[in-house]
Amino acid sequence: MVDVYVDEKFVGGVDNAKEFVKAVKEERRKNKLPQSINVVYDPDFNEVIINTITGRARRPLIIVDNGVPRLAEEHIKKLQSREINWDWLVREGIIEYLDAAEEEDAYVALNDKYLTKEHTHLEISPVTILGLITSLVPYANFGQSSRLNRGSKTQKQSLGLYASNFLLRIDTDVSLLHYPQKPIVKSFMHDVLNYEKHPSGHNITIAVMSCDGYNMEDAIILNKGSVERGLARSSYYRPYVVEELRYQGGLVDEIGVPDKDVKGYKSEDDYKFLEDDGIVYPEAKLKENDVVIGKTSPPRFLGELEEFSIAANMRRESSLTVKQGEHGTVDFIAVTENEEGNKLIQVRLRDLRIPEIGDKFASRHGQKGVIGRIVPQADMPFTASGITPDLIFSPHSLPSRMTISHLIEIIGGKVGSLAGRHIDGSTFSAESEADLRKTLLEMGFRENGTERMYNGITGEEFSANIFVGNMYYMKLKHMVANKLHARASGRIQLLTRQPIEGRSKGGGLRLGEMEKDCFVAHGASLLLKERFDSDKTVVYVCEGCGMLAVYDTMKGKAYCTKCGANIEVSPVELSYAFKLLLDELKAIGIYPKMQLKSKY
Amino acid sequence: MAVDDDLLKQYKGRIPEPLLKTFREYADEVGLSKANQKKAIEKIEGRYLNSKIHPGEAIGIVTAESFGEPGTQMTLRTFHFAGVAEANVTLGLPRLIEIFDARKDISTPIMEIYLKKQPKDEKELEKLIALIKEIKFSEVLAEITINIAKMIIEVKLNRKRMKDLEIRDDPLLKALRTTLKTVDILDKDDLLIMKPKVKELTLPGLYAIKERIKEVHVKGIEGIKQVLPVKRNEELILISSGTNLKKVIEIEEVDASKTTSNDIFEIAKVLGIEAARNGIVREVSKVLHDQGLEIDDRHIMFVSDLMTTTGTVKGVTRSGITGEKESVLARASFETPIVHLINASMVGEIDKLNSVVENVLINQPIPLGTGLPGLVTKMKGEKEDEQ
Repeated sequence: MVDVYVDEKFVGGVDNAKEFVKAVKEERRKNKLPQSINVVYDPDFNEVIINTITGRARRPLIIVDNGVPRLAEEHIKKLQSREINWDWLVREGIIEYLDAAEEEDAYVALNDKYLTKEHTHLEISPVTILGLITSLVPYANFGQSSRLNRGSKTQKQSLGLYASNFLLRIDTDVSLLHYPQKPIVKSFMHDVLNYEKHPSGHNITIAVMSCDGYNMEDAIILNKGSVERGLARSSYYRPYVVEELRYQGGLVDEIGVPDKDVKGYKSEDDYKFLEDDGIVYPEAKLKENDVVIGKTSPPRFLGELEEFSIAANMRRESSLTVKQGEHGTVDFIAVTENEEGNKLIQVRLRDLRIPEIGDKFASRHGQKGVIGRIVPQADMPFTASGITPDLIFSPHSLPSRMTISHLIEIIGGKVGSLAGRHIDGSTFSAESEADLRKTLLEMGFRENGTERMYNGITGEEFSANIFVGNMYYMKLKHMVANKLHARASGRIQLLTRQPIEGRSKGGGLRLGEMEKDCFVAHGASLLLKERFDSDKTVVYVCEGCGMLAVYDTMKGKAYCTKCGANIEVSPVELSYAFKLLLDELKAIGIYPKMQLKSKY
Repeated sequence: MAVDDDLLKQYKGRIPEPLLKTFREYADEVGLSKANQKKAIEKIEGRYLNSKIHPGEAIGIVTAESFGEPGTQMTLRTFHFAGVAEANVTLGLPRLIEIFDARKDISTPIMEIYLKKQPKDEKELEKLIALIKEIKFSEVLAEITINIAKMIIEVKLNRKRMKDLEIRDDPLLKALRTTLKTVDILDKDDLLIMKPKVKELTLPGLYAIKERIKEVHVKGIEGIKQVLPVKRNEELILISSGTNLKKVIEIEEVDASKTTSNDIFEIAKVLGIEAARNGIVREVSKVLHDQGLEIDDRHIMFVSDLMTTTGTVKGVTRSGITGEKESVLARASFETPIVHLINASMVGEIDKLNSVVENVLINQPIPLGTGLPGLVTKMKGEKEDEQ
């Protein structure tokens, strides 16, 4: 007797589990049982599990009987003439969906070539081993699998046309690529996904060579001419949102140009972009800390004190300003109302982003890198026919990563752009490399894609043949303009007196524990002290009780609160964090006594 | 030309002996002239002094970094050897942590047993393995049942297995009787009847005894679960899972000078602390070598020395050498700060602020490198005082 569970509930037992499972499957295939159930016999636990619940990941497979797939030639013909459809195939028991549990019981052939009598299912197409995005990688079967993962991951980060109604949308942190192009080398998935309606890259000319060391460690060199012609330009959008909040007691925020008597009034200059309604005018060029939306709020603490205070009715300035380190042009303004009925102002800032050193680019093969240098077109290496590449890619990025697909795409792109046609790079069914080479040869180029090239500065011929071609390159959303950060002095934390953290707040860059170890290892004792001086303080220590004393600036004299004024008190320089530690020790009942000794 | 003995005598104590010895050999071989000998040995001394560690060099941090950086590249996986040739061994980072923490129970105790003479044939080898491999009582019994009515345990022996393992009745009974002193054992034909001598016997008590009976050591060496013959450099050695160094090296056929265990504590117990120190060096180098990492031996030796310098093996943990730091602040900044601070406050410990961590904490120059040397000078005032 084998226990049977339906959706993890015990329902009874069967004598012959295997026969039972087979029968259930047959009934399902005959469409007598719902298609959404899956059944499996688990020999380890000796139980039959039937699942009907939602949320199982299932995938369709062609059923195979004795090595013959149920999907026959006639079905395909009928499918092509639209006599039958997918649902029909499922209904007729030709295709069925398996979940993870039932898959354990199945033996799936990837291709009809490999079908044997033992197989129970056939994959609809071998490309189903790849996901939607991964299928966009051309010549994927020529690449290393982990690079495919990375390739699809970088494609998700690429800039393009993210939504066709972008003009009306207010999204946080989005970019729009100018003049995106559809790829020359594409796969079937590009057609399936209508990729040409929302492409996300450019077809560019690429040379695989090192160049003055500016493209080592995955860096890339860009042609300044190409950049000036508009390569990889994008617009960066960021919304600034202000809500007119309502507070207790009928007080409200007020959007408008603040009056001069408002607490915290900036200066007239800061409000110069605001119109009478307190909102910036469209196409205003804003710099950091400029006011986007003027707003005043009621005083923070409302209480009995109000009656006595003269400044009681002082409103607070609470305008929204452009974030630190950012700038942009006012692109779009929406004045609406939110769910609570409060006035809502949304201002969208646009910023033109021209490729600069540090911006990240990637091909579709997991080969990503940042710009190391932008070279004037006159200094770029050129081919015998006078072509200068848009991008120079380092050959050192290739051997260890084994992204052969990257190289084939270059040849494919070259053939495609010379012949004026698209190249099919679909996984397992792509136009073969041999054909590409042949076409290239027929068009009067070297079949391996290399060309003689000349140094752009000296005009000397390079002794090596350089691999030049065309490929699809994407600009990724990581741009230096959003990441660049440095600071000398600035805001500090209240508790520890150490610099605050984070770029948006203008925080410091932490010299962490391991970096400290490095200073120690070099014996750079005093340099280390200086680096950690950010929270140094001078405290007065009572030499009697060894605790902190008080310095009276009025009298210019220090005294100890415990031992009185007639005791020696010395100034000591130490980190504020240590002073804090001493305070915390006192708080848990430990008496930290300092014994002072002259250092010299 | 002979080597100038006067010259060598002059440099004795200034250069290490082995270096002098090598110099003598080479000088002999090449036939250096006296003048050149002097020049050469001066150069050797220069090189030697140059390679010595300078005062104020942060060797501790450098060692830690030398382990830390390659450690980040180490994979966490343990190797799985296919087949029976070698058992699964903990390697990589987990093993390294195990060694440095000086764990008492290591995850895969292993011994490499070298033999004095290579066994002639398989039979001899099997005999030797049978001598080493531990056999527990549970392996030779066919059935073990609790008779609840009589409150006894009945054991049926597996005669065939016993014959295979060459275990006779008498030694078996003797082993059982010596280990289980509180149990009466009756040999009744094919059945062994065991009756505990405890006054008030409960069923759980009986059950516990049954489990103990199964664990009784019958033959071989205790703790050795498996023994596998392995060819290493044309030499047949035995690799055992489970260690018992003391008993194994007592076996006559075993070459005690080469046989090792990977259990540092056992090495320390059986062979002494110096052997344990070398054991740490060997085990750590093995792990690093397997991962294809290159760390200077001196770093490994340094850590090993620190771990064994007290005479017992101590780990780099808060209960080991790190917990023995002089400074309260240094200990507190490692692990369990409150415990250290409270314990220190109860005995009124004084932190002299002599080391690195404390000085980083209070933002003072660390006593290393450029922060180490002090200035010795006489102040003007002092001079007058003296007069």
